[in-house]
Amino acid sequence: MTVMEQRGAYRPSPPPAWQPRTDPAPLLPDAEPHRVLGTERAADADPALLRRLYAELVRGRRYNTQATALTKQGRLAVYPSSTGQEACEVAAGLALAEQDWLFPSYRDTLAAVARGLDPVQALTLLRGDWHTGYDPYEHRVAPLCTPLATQLPHAVGLAHAARLKGDDVVALAMVGDGGTSEGDFHEALNFAAVWQAPVVFLVQNNGFAISVPLAKQTAAPSLAHKAVGYGMPGRLVDGNDAAAVHEVLADAVRRAREGGGPTLVEAITYRIDAHTNADDATRYRGDTEVEAWRAHDPIALLEHELTERGLIDEDGVRHAREAAETMAADLRDRMNQDPALDPADLFAHVYAEPTPQLREQQALLQAELAAEQEGAHR
Amino acid sequence: MTTVAVKPATMAQALTRALRDAMAADPTVHVMGEDVGTLGGVFRVTDGLAKEFGEDRCTDTPLAEAGILGTAVGMAMYGLRPVVEMQFDAFAYPAFEQLISHVSRMRNRTRGAMPLPITIRVPYGGGIGGVEHHSDSSEAYYMATPGLHVVTPATVADAYGLLRAAIASDDPVVFLEPKRLYWSKDSWNPEHPTDVEPIGRAVVRRPGRSATLITYGPSLPVCLEAAEAAQAEGWDLEVVDLRSLVPFDDETVAASVRRTGRAVVVHESGSYGGPGGEIAARVTERCFHHLEAPVLRVAGFDIPYPPPMLERHHLPGVDRILDAVGRLQWEAEI
Repeated sequence: MTVMEQRGAYRPSPPPAWQPRTDPAPLLPDAEPHRVLGTERAADADPALLRRLYAELVRGRRYNTQATALTKQGRLAVYPSSTGQEACEVAAGLALAEQDWLFPSYRDTLAAVARGLDPVQALTLLRGDWHTGYDPYEHRVAPLCTPLATQLPHAVGLAHAARLKGDDVVALAMVGDGGTSEGDFHEALNFAAVWQAPVVFLVQNNGFAISVPLAKQTAAPSLAHKAVGYGMPGRLVDGNDAAAVHEVLADAVRRAREGGGPTLVEAITYRIDAHTNADDATRYRGDTEVEAWRAHDPIALLEHELTERGLIDEDGVRHAREAAETMAADLRDRMNQDPALDPADLFAHVYAEPTPQLREQQALLQAELAAEQEGAHR
Repeated sequence: MTTVAVKPATMAQALTRALRDAMAADPTVHVMGEDVGTLGGVFRVTDGLAKEFGEDRCTDTPLAEAGILGTAVGMAMYGLRPVVEMQFDAFAYPAFEQLISHVSRMRNRTRGAMPLPITIRVPYGGGIGGVEHHSDSSEAYYMATPGLHVVTPATVADAYGLLRAAIASDDPVVFLEPKRLYWSKDSWNPEHPTDVEPIGRAVVRRPGRSATLITYGPSLPVCLEAAEAAQAEGWDLEVVDLRSLVPFDDETVAASVRRTGRAVVVHESGSYGGPGGEIAARVTERCFHHLEAPVLRVAGFDIPYPPPMLERHHLPGVDRILDAVGRLQWEAEI
């Protein structure tokens, strides 16, 4: 029956009641990135934590310079440096409890090292002797993830599974500003919010996705604002202020642990080095910008705070540097040894049991290797 | 586990029973996907599971295939055994990055430390009058990805036995369900209704002497029908049901072709870059001196899946199979 036909009987009525499903106001990020160092809040920070962060930052910077040097010596195939971003890396590694999980991207080897991973194992992917050089269950660090943002749904699923089992586990997933354009970023945040999974998403906004600046990546007011659309809180933080990043992440982890659901954290930082050693950053950015960020260096910021407040003296600074040099020397020594390679490994872990077809191919390779050896002996 | 004496009549019901039994036997088995909860899935394969096991075990997810599979990866990392439903063949494509970059290779990346026992159920193939994007034969994509098992049942008994095996497997399994056989009925191994079938074994569905039809999934009933019709032409055709595309049962297939000396591969998937090319090559490599004729392929055309009113021209039918059998150089025998 059309409206015309039922004229007289039909009374227009308003649509069924509608209201927003959640109040967006508490989810919105603050107007300014959260800062601790150089502000009144610094007085409340735990001195032991600040000293720990400092030691890790100094070690982290040295790790970055050493790994970059190893690429020049041909000991690493490639290294995506996190120089300038050490505050985010270190804070991510330290904000989690023992039983929690870290989901790093390929630029986050330092976060994995800060969580306790052996630096040589963390660099296996980039050395090229295998893909993942560590057992992810040992330190609860997922494999370093190269395809952008694809590790984020893994973090959500793991946190969800842990909650279903009744375990006290939070997952912290790391991604860059470019990664927020990927579909998996969207799907992960959506699933996390719908499931109220205990996950924290840390976006390191380092200004560039290889060469493409953020303005070409998004028209959002900030990346933290994206959280509101999913129904989770967004937090903005100064990504070079280690105390601030640690505080925001620790709050988000606590909130997730207490059943409050996921949080999206955007840390504003800067990639001081090129994308990797194979990139030439001079093609897309000027020195002035880089120098401005060097003046807001995460180590200098924290060192200044510690010195001003008498929490560290020259001995303390020297001690941190010496510890970093020890780490670098050890890394250098061990990376200068050729890794042991076994071509049979190529077939060992494709399936729980190799298929008949893989057994045939493995036999083929073995025959080739035997012939190679025989040739070498001639 | 106690076995309830229920004799399902259709493939869909056998699949439901397999999921139910797997969930009852193992609390780590979780079913997830679009509409799998309250509705019981668009093909009703998950019917009743949410009610029996709760929504935490049979979960309606947001509508996002990459997210479904990506979160399943995380759940498997934490020791669960997710069974993911992709609603239709062509709707599984958004999940390909997760499938190829993570699901298929996580075990390998981690030297065996992090296996992902995920079952990915994909209703596939045509013949149901589905409109665009509801009838793809996507098996070649999966076969081309190392690290995945690719399994497809063609009988009611196999639907149960192979799905149980897929869920029990410590490797990821793409479980392709021929949707035009969902409502097919056949005897469901009533003596042993809950037998688990091994993955990687083909079976001879019909013994014969003249030539071998090598097929799987939705094309099995067509091949059996063709074999019956071929008797009138004096051909006694053997029909091999592959059941598992990865791993491939070279032994059973080659043994059959060595006996018959002739082979035709039959599938709905297109022929160029389709499974038939690989199968024909494998058969030729192993049986060259036994072959009386080149291995032929009867496949779908190399076209995007046709609209429903034209699909009968696309799908391999009895006549096209018999025509191919007729081209197997019989005169050379004389």
